[in-house]
Amino acid sequence: MSQETATSGKAEGKSKSSGGVEPELDVTTLDLTTLDSAMEETEELAPPTGKSLIWVVRVLSIVAVLGAWEILGRQVDPLFMSYPSAIAVAATELIGSGELLVGLLSSLRTLVVAFFIASVLGITLGLLIGRYRLVDAATDWLVNALYATPLVAIIPLVILWFGLGNTAKTFIVTILALFPILINTTAGVRNVPKQLIDVGDAFAANERQIFTKIILPSALPYMMTGLRLGVGRAIIGMVVAEFFTAITGLGALIVKYGNQYDTASMFVPIFVLMLLGIGLSLAVRRAEEWIAPWKATEE
Amino acid sequence: MTTKSIKLAVENVSKTFRVRGGQYSDEHLLPVLRRVSFDVHEGEIVSLIGESGCGKTTLLRIIQGLIRRDAGEIRVDGKPVAEAGRDRGFVFQQANLLPWRSARANVEFGLELQGVSRRERGERAQSLLKLVGLGAASEQFPHQLSGGMQQRVNLARALAIDPAILLMDEPFSALDAQTREILQLELLRVQRETGKTILFVTHDLDEAIYLSNRIVVMGARPGRIKRIMEIPFSYPRRDLPELRADAEFQEIRRTMWELIRNAPPMAA
Repeated sequence: MSQETATSGKAEGKSKSSGGVEPELDVTTLDLTTLDSAMEETEELAPPTGKSLIWVVRVLSIVAVLGAWEILGRQVDPLFMSYPSAIAVAATELIGSGELLVGLLSSLRTLVVAFFIASVLGITLGLLIGRYRLVDAATDWLVNALYATPLVAIIPLVILWFGLGNTAKTFIVTILALFPILINTTAGVRNVPKQLIDVGDAFAANERQIFTKIILPSALPYMMTGLRLGVGRAIIGMVVAEFFTAITGLGALIVKYGNQYDTASMFVPIFVLMLLGIGLSLAVRRAEEWIAPWKATEE
Repeated sequence: MTTKSIKLAVENVSKTFRVRGGQYSDEHLLPVLRRVSFDVHEGEIVSLIGESGCGKTTLLRIIQGLIRRDAGEIRVDGKPVAEAGRDRGFVFQQANLLPWRSARANVEFGLELQGVSRRERGERAQSLLKLVGLGAASEQFPHQLSGGMQQRVNLARALAIDPAILLMDEPFSALDAQTREILQLELLRVQRETGKTILFVTHDLDEAIYLSNRIVVMGARPGRIKRIMEIPFSYPRRDLPELRADAEFQEIRRTMWELIRNAPPMAA
């Protein structure tokens, strides 16, 4: 706030001196948009230093690491370690046979369904817990206990309940993704600035309006952070669940080629998972910037 | 002026805060307002002034209905009020704009709560933004606006619900000196164009004299009215620097300063 005030002062001073005449605070005709463009100008004057250089360094680093891996990987028994070119060959085979696509689609289906359930549940519960102290009192011990528990530990039990099918996998991914979403949503509701609630009160908003027009949008960036963390946990949950149930999906491919000592092929689904993780996180981050631009610029 | 109707009547308003974990005891009572009474007439600008701790902001929040009073009565347009309502528009010290809404959508906020149609409130917001000098910035978001511009939106938002009285809580205190003077001028212009009744809290003596028809000087511990002063200058007023040089201005300022400074020392 104080910072912005400072810029405003500067900008106003600037627009005046550039106007040429010594203005006697002729405010009635003072057009605020010129002040604004002056502000934008001063911001743009700072040049983006060496952006291309940063990219050059980045690409060089990638080439160096992959090159070193290729050279060192070839010195080792292919049973213990593979190297990029061999992995690329294995990848074309797996893609050609359609095995990779089948595995990916199977994993994605579980992931999407479970993540959707986790989001709806997490956001709903998070909103209630954050807003209503009694709901919080009734559930906080449980939420804390479950969040602290490494939930992969209960996978054997889940398989006992639901068998080796999709239900078990969906359940595991859901509970793993649920807690980051729930806890961040709760934090979002708790961190709504009191002054904004005051605005609602001053304009005589009722409880429903305060909830939908102030609390919900204010907590949105936190929810998006929860979703981003939830995606990461969901992918972990999915792979671990597939390890245990080991019938379908990318996790099953890893187990299969691991058991066959085909290390190069084993790396292919691992790479796909990595790309999936990066892609989904980026997508949520983009969505975050789109939904909550005022937070993105604050950071 | 006295022939005009009374927009806001404050009668014997008292308030005591219960302070937990104080310095001397676990819990003690802090009287912040004692039997405060004054009126604001239609079209008037009245300032509440006093040292910090005199309860002027508390009083304003009580009038708005953000804090409950212990005793006394508040009437707006003759009707007793207890809770927040559309008859009072509040301009916050920090702009408190909703960061996810554009300037226009922020101004629409109060109308939206009342269920005014999208088109109507859009038009109204646009014309108010124009009134406060932000006609071309209506789609900007608060983080893109300077502090002074945010306060203009803050003012437009309160005006949007067409309240009987505007309650302004030190709205210019966080701005730099130059922006503050510009906005004081702007406020006088907006008031002239809309004819709004304004109750204005400030701790800045010059600001109070420059803006007001009357000034309610308050003393602290407990907050109470020391004197209500009439400001003789006519509207539209001369620029503040010129007014400051006026002997009468200086006399009023001196009197007010002494009233405020002569507050009895706080009982230990």
